[in-house]
Amino acid sequence: MYAFEIERPSTIADAVKALSDEDAQALGGGQTLIPTLKQRLAMPATLVSLTGIGEMQGVCAGDNGEVCVGGATNHATVAAETAASYPGLSGLAGHIGDPAVRNRGTVGGSLANNDPSACYPAAALGSGATIITNTRQIAADDYFQGLFETALEEGEVITEVRFPVPEKSHYEKFVQPASRFALVGVFVAKYADGVRVAVTGASENGVFRWTEAEAALASDFSAGALDGLTVPADSMIADLHGSSDYRAHLVKVMTGRAVTAAA
Amino acid sequence: MPKDGGIGASTTRREDVRFLTGKGNYTADINSFGQAAAVFVRSTVAHGVIKSIDTMAAAEMPGVLAIFTGEDFVDVGGNPAGWLINSRDGEPMKEPKRPVLAHGKVRHVGDAYAAVIAETEQQARDAAEEIIADIEELPAIVDMAAALAGDAYVHDEIATNQCFDWGWIEDNRAATDEAIKNAPHVTTLELINNRLVPNAMEPRASIGTYDAAGDSYLLHTTSQNPHLTRLLLSAFVMGIPENKLTVIAPDVGGGFGSKIYHYGEEALVLAAAKKVGRPVKWVADRTESFLTDAHGRDHVTKIELACEKDGTFIAFRTETLANVGAYLSNFSTATPTFLHGTLIAGNYTVPNVYVNVKAVFTNTAPVDAYRGAGRPEATYSVERVIDMAARELGIDPVEIRRKNFIKPDQFPFGTAAGLEYDSGNYDALMDKMEAIVDRKAFEERRKQSEANGKMRGLGINAYVEACGIAPSNLVGVLGGRVGLYDAATVRVNATGNLSVMVGAHSHGQGHETVFPQIVGEMLGIDPQSVDIVHGDTSKIPFGMGTYGSRSLAVCGSAVVRATEKIIAKAKKIAAHMLEAAADDLEFTDGQFTVKGTDKSVSFGEVALKAYIPHEFPIEDIEPGLEETAFYDPANFTYPSGAYACEVEVDPDTGKVTIERFTACDDFGNVMNPMIVSGQVQGGVVQGIGQALLENTTYDENGQLLSASYMDYVMPRADDLPLIAVDHSDGTPCTHNPLGAKGCGEGGAIGSPPTVVNAVIDALQSGGKNVTHIDMPLTPARVWAAMNNA
Amino acid sequence: MASVTMTVNGKSVSGDVEGRTLMSDFLRNDLRLTGTHIGCDTSQCGACVIHVNGEAVKSCTMFAVEADGAEVATIEGQANTDGSLNVIQQAFQDHHGLQCGFCTPGMVMSAAALLKDNPKPSEAEVRAYLEGNICRCTGYHNIVKAIMAASGQDVPAVAAE
Repeated sequence: MYAFEIERPSTIADAVKALSDEDAQALGGGQTLIPTLKQRLAMPATLVSLTGIGEMQGVCAGDNGEVCVGGATNHATVAAETAASYPGLSGLAGHIGDPAVRNRGTVGGSLANNDPSACYPAAALGSGATIITNTRQIAADDYFQGLFETALEEGEVITEVRFPVPEKSHYEKFVQPASRFALVGVFVAKYADGVRVAVTGASENGVFRWTEAEAALASDFSAGALDGLTVPADSMIADLHGSSDYRAHLVKVMTGRAVTAAA
Repeated sequence: MPKDGGIGASTTRREDVRFLTGKGNYTADINSFGQAAAVFVRSTVAHGVIKSIDTMAAAEMPGVLAIFTGEDFVDVGGNPAGWLINSRDGEPMKEPKRPVLAHGKVRHVGDAYAAVIAETEQQARDAAEEIIADIEELPAIVDMAAALAGDAYVHDEIATNQCFDWGWIEDNRAATDEAIKNAPHVTTLELINNRLVPNAMEPRASIGTYDAAGDSYLLHTTSQNPHLTRLLLSAFVMGIPENKLTVIAPDVGGGFGSKIYHYGEEALVLAAAKKVGRPVKWVADRTESFLTDAHGRDHVTKIELACEKDGTFIAFRTETLANVGAYLSNFSTATPTFLHGTLIAGNYTVPNVYVNVKAVFTNTAPVDAYRGAGRPEATYSVERVIDMAARELGIDPVEIRRKNFIKPDQFPFGTAAGLEYDSGNYDALMDKMEAIVDRKAFEERRKQSEANGKMRGLGINAYVEACGIAPSNLVGVLGGRVGLYDAATVRVNATGNLSVMVGAHSHGQGHETVFPQIVGEMLGIDPQSVDIVHGDTSKIPFGMGTYGSRSLAVCGSAVVRATEKIIAKAKKIAAHMLEAAADDLEFTDGQFTVKGTDKSVSFGEVALKAYIPHEFPIEDIEPGLEETAFYDPANFTYPSGAYACEVEVDPDTGKVTIERFTACDDFGNVMNPMIVSGQVQGGVVQGIGQALLENTTYDENGQLLSASYMDYVMPRADDLPLIAVDHSDGTPCTHNPLGAKGCGEGGAIGSPPTVVNAVIDALQSGGKNVTHIDMPLTPARVWAAMNNA
Repeated sequence: MASVTMTVNGKSVSGDVEGRTLMSDFLRNDLRLTGTHIGCDTSQCGACVIHVNGEAVKSCTMFAVEADGAEVATIEGQANTDGSLNVIQQAFQDHHGLQCGFCTPGMVMSAAALLKDNPKPSEAEVRAYLEGNICRCTGYHNIVKAIMAASGQDVPAVAAE
């Protein structure tokens, strides 16, 4: 690692101020950033740790029944505290990485990084979540902008994520067996006004909504409703662990399983 | 009898206490006063000409003490191959020099061409980034067939990428060809034995220390065999006299073969320690381990099995390309030849065997022995083609093997591949395996799986392997450049406790527990009063270390021989003390007794007398009680086994789940069943890893795509079931005093074909016409095979 | 440099660390608690697992300054006060749950974290919990058995053992 300072602000305001320095970078749980720093692939002058900010911690219920998660809340906490209120989200958070990673990694860190194989982007997009930052509210549909690209501006901090709670939901993850990221992960959520299907791990453009499946499932929320659909393989990731054809195939299989398991 | 269990007792391991409390002492845990750090600068291209290396700016960086490049080592020797292989035409193999640091060319990604010594590791890393190397990239030579066909070379000075073209047994070639030509049925299988990265959990590390007062060196290093490392450093690489170099391997966190070999980093830290006058420490990160630890396997093989219509085997013939990587690692030439070709007869009476192996240089990491070393490659080829033949001929896979097994009354049996198996009972192993599996019940389980939408398969396998490689005289004739004995010194201290210095070195095998069980049993004393000393060349006799499942069969036998010498001398002393003739004494339960009387002395009293030799026949018997034995086995030992694996395959994803695994092994006499079971379970899981998960992949540019745990798939707890093992009632080895074979590798040898046979069985039972899939059988590969079938 | 103070295995410790000093480096180099091991660079292997404020974390993927003020437990503090092995450690020895010993500290710390939250885990739960701890020696068989035994449950039986 190159040398850097770490600041540990206790308020969002202080964090935002610290991040206004040109070479400052936000540090969530560090479960992706620290391995990157070890490889000397990043050279921040200052890391601004967000995990000590009380107002960014925890899970609560929003005014409209949403599940509101503080941006610095770790995965284990989300898994435990949403088990009753939003089991689909809880299940997703409870299978990220491994137990020790879940005790450190945060929802804000995951969404800010927008790894194309990370789990949280599927939950946010699949729930039509709202990403709250220190300056604004961003709809998930506008937030994800491709591989490691998001709508966040320099120095903008995810302070909270609001997840509308569906009637039924489930996240089905086909694990990449080395990294424990998703080789393909599909989040399916059935709301009163429609179904959302968000796919991670598969596309070269990052998390995406499988709109054909959403339409089919809106009228018939069963795995059988997907029978006639195919997922084009052209923009799918191909790597050591699976071809683009394989990933395209898995999208459909995982979607079907998520629908069947949705509760 | 020993108080807490001698031979055959599942004694818990005494070394566990320090490991469980964080008090292990691994190389990276050692810190010395004034210690500096070494960081290596490694090639990011697979193949290139080093035009220049500019270290000026780096040398000016804070904390930098010294910088080395290949130029600094042109006058020292190379790291040699330990086994000379002659090609079929009699030509000796090609042996290009393996320098401490790359010189002239870099030959694989990770090949170190410079090293920085600095006050701290971070300063060394900072400086390493300032080294400016002008390396002209050349096309990478990665594919073995292309390497042999092309006119670009990994080593220009040998003007070929073929290291050797070996035939075994060349005199049997014509007869084997003729037998296959005339056979009623021939099954042909082309397969890949996938390259693996050993992945001991402890990365390699070395600390060099130089003592100017004595002009002597000390090397702490992660080694399975410190004496071998010292010999290589002294006789070949650095020219440091052996009596001026001590090599200490402290606790070693796994090896699996990868820590047998001498690596350039060990030479570098010694040279650096002398130059900067301070201890110099290097600890690999995991990426360095992936790029530079010797890899395993990497064979491309065509195997043919000729048989009668009734399944009687007539001949095996194989052609193999074996990747040796960019440089010859120490045992890289023995592994694909004498540890592989000699096992192609398997457990069978087949009369004709011919093996051809071409070893190929490529721009990849060196490849050498990894758990099993050649025998997994042999077993995989043989047991896969047998399964395929059985399917083609409509014969049950168990029956075709039984039909061709060497029978118990045929031992010792000389195989068509040139080995003499001393003992075994392959039918008995198969009986045990079938009893545990219960094939009728399996059919019920298969139906249940089908009802759940899964395909279930049963794979079986028989293996025999050769371990405790020996004897030295024979391996010398065959090209081996080292002896293959081991050594032990048993020192009885005056107060009756013992220190036993052994040449073997544990990196997880439990020597500190098992060797005392043997000594305790023989002397009738508490094994807890026996301590093992190992890993320090200044304290132990010259032994060859731990690899190839040899510690018990070879070093354990040396312990027995040395202990026998102790008993013989102690008996003479006791005879004097009891005023009797030595022949009139018997030694039981730690007491020397005059036969037919109650006159006796204990072993402890004899020990005291040996060191306080008052009233002692000094003119006839030397004082002291310490004996050394070197043991050179008469033959390999031949462990064998029958394995079964049940899998479920998910037809929608291709994912394979191991539902059950059964390993029935014959390791001869077992010293500590608990430890042996652990060795089998660990080996089986490494084999399952090879079969299903582990995917070492170089791209066409020679970049290692699976260079971290983000992409290299290690078996994890939730990939696996419990592993049923049975190693009771083995057939003793006939030529070593313990009757022991060797249990370290059987699991890794027997399991890969068992798993693959099971997956093919599952797919066939599910109506998929798939006859072979190359390892690892990842979900993507299984799915592709199903959908192309 | 920053000053940190924390409680490690019940003792208050302080030190001056750089921002980039990993918790594992602070333990190993500054406190000479070398039982916490480093087996990878990517937060996968789990040899470095410790407890911070009672939660299992990978100490190679956390900065020392982030543990300022925390309660930290490492393998060196796990034995009983009389020095004897604790229940989990003893079960690992009794069931041969370790071979080379390198992954062992992380395994023991993970096992302790599991059993704190789930005192009677099923075999499947034990296996799932260990997905962030890699062992190359044991095939996990005896690790799973040891953790089951440490939880006071019957060790699963397999044929012929």
